Amino acid sequence: MEIPYTVHERPDTGLWNAKVGVWLFLASEVMLFGGLFSAYIFLRIGADYWPHHALNVPLGLTNTIVLITSSITMVLAWVSVKMRDFGQFRFWMSATLGCGCLFVVIKSIEYRDKFSHYGVVFRDEAAFRKYEPELSALGANIKTNTEGHGARLDRTPHFEIAGHLASGVTADAIELAPDRHEGGAKGGAHGGALRVALADVARWGVFAPRYSTYYAIYFTLTGLHALHVLGGMVVLFYFLVTGAKMFAADPEHLANRVEVGGLFWHFVDLVWIFLFPVLYLL
Amino acid sequence: MSGTGSIPAGHGGADGGGHPHARGSVWRTYVFSTDHKMIGIQYGLTSLVFMLLGFFLMLAMRWQLAYPGQPLPLIGKFFSPQNPFLPGGAMSPDLYNSFGAMHGTIMIFLGVVPLAFGAFGNYVVPLQIGAPDMAFPRINMASYHAYLWGGVLMLASFLVPGGAAKSGWTSYAPLASVADTRALAPSTVFHPVFNGQTMWLIAMVLLITSSLLGAVNFITTIIQLRAKGMSWMRLPFFVWAQLVTAFLLLLAFPPLEAAGIMQLMDRLAGTSFFVLSGLYVGGKLLEASGGGSPILWQHLFWFLGHPEVYVLILPGMGIVCEVIAVNSRKPIWGYRPLVLAAIAIGFLSFMVWAHHMYLTGMGSKVSTFFQTTTVLISVPSVIILTALLISLWGGAIRFTTPMLFAAAFIPMFGLGGLTGLPLAFNAIDLALHDTYYVIGHFHYVVAPGTIFALFAGIYHWYPKITGRRMSEFLGRVHFWPSLVCMNGIFLPMFLQGMAGVHRRWYDGGGTIANPTYELVRGAIHWNEFMSISAFLLAAAQVPFIVNLFVSLWRGERVGDNPWEATTLEWAAPTPPPHGNFAMPVEAHRGPYEYSVPGHERDFLPQWEAVKGSGT
Ligand code: HEM
Ligand SMILES: [Cu+2]
Repeated sequence: MEIPYTVHERPDTGLWNAKVGVWLFLASEVMLFGGLFSAYIFLRIGADYWPHHALNVPLGLTNTIVLITSSITMVLAWVSVKMRDFGQFRFWMSATLGCGCLFVVIKSIEYRDKFSHYGVVFRDEAAFRKYEPELSALGANIKTNTEGHGARLDRTPHFEIAGHLASGVTADAIELAPDRHEGGAKGGAHGGALRVALADVARWGVFAPRYSTYYAIYFTLTGLHALHVLGGMVVLFYFLVTGAKMFAADPEHLANRVEVGGLFWHFVDLVWIFLFPVLYLL
Repeated sequence: MSGTGSIPAGHGGADGGGHPHARGSVWRTYVFSTDHKMIGIQYGLTSLVFMLLGFFLMLAMRWQLAYPGQPLPLIGKFFSPQNPFLPGGAMSPDLYNSFGAMHGTIMIFLGVVPLAFGAFGNYVVPLQIGAPDMAFPRINMASYHAYLWGGVLMLASFLVPGGAAKSGWTSYAPLASVADTRALAPSTVFHPVFNGQTMWLIAMVLLITSSLLGAVNFITTIIQLRAKGMSWMRLPFFVWAQLVTAFLLLLAFPPLEAAGIMQLMDRLAGTSFFVLSGLYVGGKLLEASGGGSPILWQHLFWFLGHPEVYVLILPGMGIVCEVIAVNSRKPIWGYRPLVLAAIAIGFLSFMVWAHHMYLTGMGSKVSTFFQTTTVLISVPSVIILTALLISLWGGAIRFTTPMLFAAAFIPMFGLGGLTGLPLAFNAIDLALHDTYYVIGHFHYVVAPGTIFALFAGIYHWYPKITGRRMSEFLGRVHFWPSLVCMNGIFLPMFLQGMAGVHRRWYDGGGTIANPTYELVRGAIHWNEFMSISAFLLAAAQVPFIVNLFVSLWRGERVGDNPWEATTLEWAAPTPPPHGNFAMPVEAHRGPYEYSVPGHERDFLPQWEAVKGSGT
């Protein structure tokens, strides 16, 4: 028994099966990420404080460029099969996979950064004021919702600093070399350190998902996206390895497969194009 | 079963009960089959087992509601007073909560939807559109296995410390975020992953994956694999119903998957998606960053949850439509409005979800919006019901067992739908929300509604699957008591609900009613009556189970088209072989050409070219 329209299109719909299937699948993926994006909006509207520019924009931008490039090489790989040039297909497909790897590596570097970077949220305004002179002497970058961007009367005041552990954490205090303004977080040029009593601290820790709802949604969205990148790479790698046989048997079949895989890959790229501004810039 | 036994290629077809498409090993034929019919049967049997299990959970709960604190009959005496779940054989509150949550979860996600969509959809849709199989047979197999293992994981959660999930089938946060953790129950040692609520979430992710794979497959199949001549307006209504259902599953489930992932993060990574700031659990401030929103969970859940209720009902409507057409020997009245109504339901059901959330204080503007859309969506439901009712008018009705169930569907679903209307109104719902009234409402639509439709479908298509008819006598012994008992259980729920009986009281309301709550006092005596009806309903299922199996050997042997029906599944050999049709099929006319004037027979099958074409 053979299922019709697996390779050639059905005349009245003009489509072959897998193409219908992948578009439907992508529709459900839109709803999946749509659910998470709406959660992002919902959480952000309700938040007392939402961090700005907490991520490394140059790295994020690099990754955006890497993914867009990979979408182009993906199209070229498909075109190569269509033009029946298997060598070219292999080249462009490998390039696509290379971009995928680069993306994952850069993303891992960003993740590692977050897991070694500490934040401290003060218990309340009075607690913060105690450290204010010392903090301004150090030139520390203080994140707050009481002035400027994000200031709103109906929100609980929020005072937060970030930095690297200086000597560590004791039973009752944490010693931190705070990030300073002007890109202190990225420069790594830390001045002196500061001891904050844990009694004055609402919560502290590395920027893991549990640190705040911002990092929770950041890691969930980008983690799920990274899983999609990895999944896509597995599929594309499979096409690369097994492609020769199928190319010999029925090149159009391979072209269809590459097209379907490519549609998924473009989708993953598109998700990132939304993620980048939403998480890095806004 | 072992993987080594093999059946010689080309075997089969001769013995009616065997599987003519048996090629290769038993393993490949029965377990890892890619044939849509075998997968349909797998879905069917698995979901029936789950449904029976979900029903037993409810029977135990009904015992507790009628006779609070008394040891369960039959099994109660096996439990010591120290048993944490059933002290002295009586249900503990935690066990009651587990059973309640699992009853809902099993019935909806493991019982009704897999039976209505997975089983009937898989078996019947490709046959009705004249396709050789599903568009993606291996994805189809994967879909069944994701479902099976999701279900097994769900059941396994009964065995872990602390027992199965306890936060309702809706898993409302923040209760579900802290349930089965040290924070809520300090004396129990929970496993970080293998605890009730976390396993519920993981199982749900598997189930969602399963229905996603199914939905993609169904839609592609219906778009791409229709036989020659099977244009859109010649599709049987059942296929339309399944198509809309597939779209609902495709688009509504992913947001719940997103929500499930977030709740998993809350439980495993310590995030606070659904945990608000300053939450005290067990008298202590919860150690979490806070800043999350329990309402967010409700939005994401009901964005699935409402379309899901139409996933529960649409396939049922499709089955009823087929059965009524065949047995009233008349064309369905208003085929086109039926199709349009189903599509309208599909669209509207994405816009009504917050009618489950009136009590959250969304504000009157938002409530008004959802109130309006909810009233709107009842219009297409009424259209469908009316069309089915009018289809009976003047028909030469054959009161076969499937027809009895299909006919009973109409008033029962009607009652469920009508009692939904008051709930649509914000002001009334504030009083009725979370009472037994709501439980009565949705059980009328799903139990004597959808489940009756599913029974109708089983009796109706059984001859195609097995080559034998189920016993009409046992069918009647099944139908009449079921109809009476269903009403015995669910009708008093409206009275209780209006009196204010809450849906989650574990002792049936007795303790609350007596000192303080006078209104409820007059309604709780119904508990015993309802519970006895439930036990009798259980007894009424025995003839069905007997019938299902005994008819495999003893049922009357029938030909390919025993009901003298018109749709394509009856053109296939019985049981249909791998690849379905013995010769190429073509649809020559609409699906319901019964009693067309000027013909000797009272039905014109879709597949017959010459004899019928007197147009
Ligand atoms: C025909 C029009 C219908 C209307 C106007 C309607 C309206 C409503 C409303 C407003 C609620 C929320 C009540 C509350 O929680 O306070 C509700 C609950 C519910 N409805 Fe309907 N409904 C309709 C049809 C259906 C159908 C066809 C089904 C399923 C097959 C269904 C299944 C449910 C379920 C399962 C719940 C309760 C969920 C829960 O809280 O656990 N309804 N309905
Ligand atoms: Cu609803």
